[in-house]
Amino acid sequence: MIPLASVIDSFVGAFDFILHSRDAVTGGHVQVGGIPYIWTFARTQLEVSAVALGGALAVGMPIGLVLGHIGKGEYFAVGFGNAGRAVPEIAVVFLLAALIGIGLGNVALALGILGLPPILTNTFVAMRQVDPTAVQAAEGVGMRPWEVIVRVELPLAAPTIMAGVRTAAINIFATATIASFVGLSTLGDLVTGRNVYGDDGVLAGAIVIAVLAGLIELALAGVQRLLTPRGLKLQRATRSA
Amino acid sequence: MTVVAAKGLLFADAANRCAPGLPASFCQHHETTGCVGGNGLFCPGWAVDNFDRYVGPFFRHLEIVAISVVAGFAVALALALFSHRHRVLIPPLLGATGVLYTIPSIAFFFLLLPITGFGLVTAVIPLSAYTLQIIYRNTLAGLANVPADAKDAGRGMGMSDRQLLWRVELPLATPEVVAGLRIAIVSTVAIATLAFLAGAGGLGAPLYAQPDFKTNIIMVGALTIAMALTLDLIVVLSRRFLMPWQRARPR
Repeated sequence: MIPLASVIDSFVGAFDFILHSRDAVTGGHVQVGGIPYIWTFARTQLEVSAVALGGALAVGMPIGLVLGHIGKGEYFAVGFGNAGRAVPEIAVVFLLAALIGIGLGNVALALGILGLPPILTNTFVAMRQVDPTAVQAAEGVGMRPWEVIVRVELPLAAPTIMAGVRTAAINIFATATIASFVGLSTLGDLVTGRNVYGDDGVLAGAIVIAVLAGLIELALAGVQRLLTPRGLKLQRATRSA
Repeated sequence: MTVVAAKGLLFADAANRCAPGLPASFCQHHETTGCVGGNGLFCPGWAVDNFDRYVGPFFRHLEIVAISVVAGFAVALALALFSHRHRVLIPPLLGATGVLYTIPSIAFFFLLLPITGFGLVTAVIPLSAYTLQIIYRNTLAGLANVPADAKDAGRGMGMSDRQLLWRVELPLATPEVVAGLRIAIVSTVAIATLAFLAGAGGLGAPLYAQPDFKTNIIMVGALTIAMALTLDLIVVLSRRFLMPWQRARPR
């Protein structure tokens, strides 16, 4: 264990790095640190994460919705999610970089692939959990299949789908840090760049990554609440009471 | 070597770059022609010849995973049993384990570095913290799903709270507990590939030593997935042997 005073010193130094710019360890009057400087890295990481999440949603959700609606492919949909957990993210990022090259688009593709399993699996499971009597009622009043999906099943499945989206978003954002290994300037640059940014910069990077991940989680939890139909909230409240 | 220089090297000459602490010979492949020289998708000959370089990191990886999961499981189970009795603790504990779960592993490692320094401890704390949320949630769900009839029967036989917990509730909650354990093991094996960043080694170390050599990437990926599947299978099989009452459940 390292004495408390030095731990406090480290964190004070890190916050100083976040708030004020300074000379880089490597010298040459290169300025590093400060909020605008860190924001350039954070922006790249948020952008690539957003693109990847959007792509994973665009591909994973329709497949999950259709499979869940017709009730086929459970083995595929659930197995895909389980298999996805076993794949080491860093290997996928490196392999795709070696196969198709580096750059924002390619990294977004790698991250999107990693976000796909939780979204597809949760969408499928969410659709299967929808009360079948609600679906029968919708069919009974003459809704077409797509109307049943969009107006009945999707709203009722929304909370569980959003749980998958949250998992995917956190995974993608965390893995986007690793993208600095394949040449994309994300916040991973700070934590792996001790030679340039010093110990303060490394710790500052870690703090910013953790805080941003927390904010993303908080924001998506808010979206999840908004998307939960009032009826479901009532149902849950009465069930737990 | 600065980070900027390291970046330039990553794709130009990465085969000769060595992660800190590894001997240079570990990271070099001298061939300039054939599968290895051409960086083919997978070079079986090279993989067989160089298999021994993965053996050490593989067992180190296993060690990291074992310590993390055992520690996480013990803490999560204790928390679940305690808050099962004191239910006001459930929301704050779910919140706290959830917050830990959202901290990206790289950030977690480097946040701990000033406190615990490079090494096994810094790798194990985040990895076991991630298992808390999964196992805690699943154990609570398992205890909540125990049929009231079973508990009533236990009470009727004159069991105390403690006896009821250990002889009725926990045995009946095992499906969910084991399901949580399986998720925890499989995801910990995958995340432990980043433990090398905390200075703990594992299968991430040989990966990072040659990050653009495809055979190396595939070897590390395959070994990691194989470890995850094997451990998962061991859990499934040992559940069958250790918890025979589950087979007696209605089919």
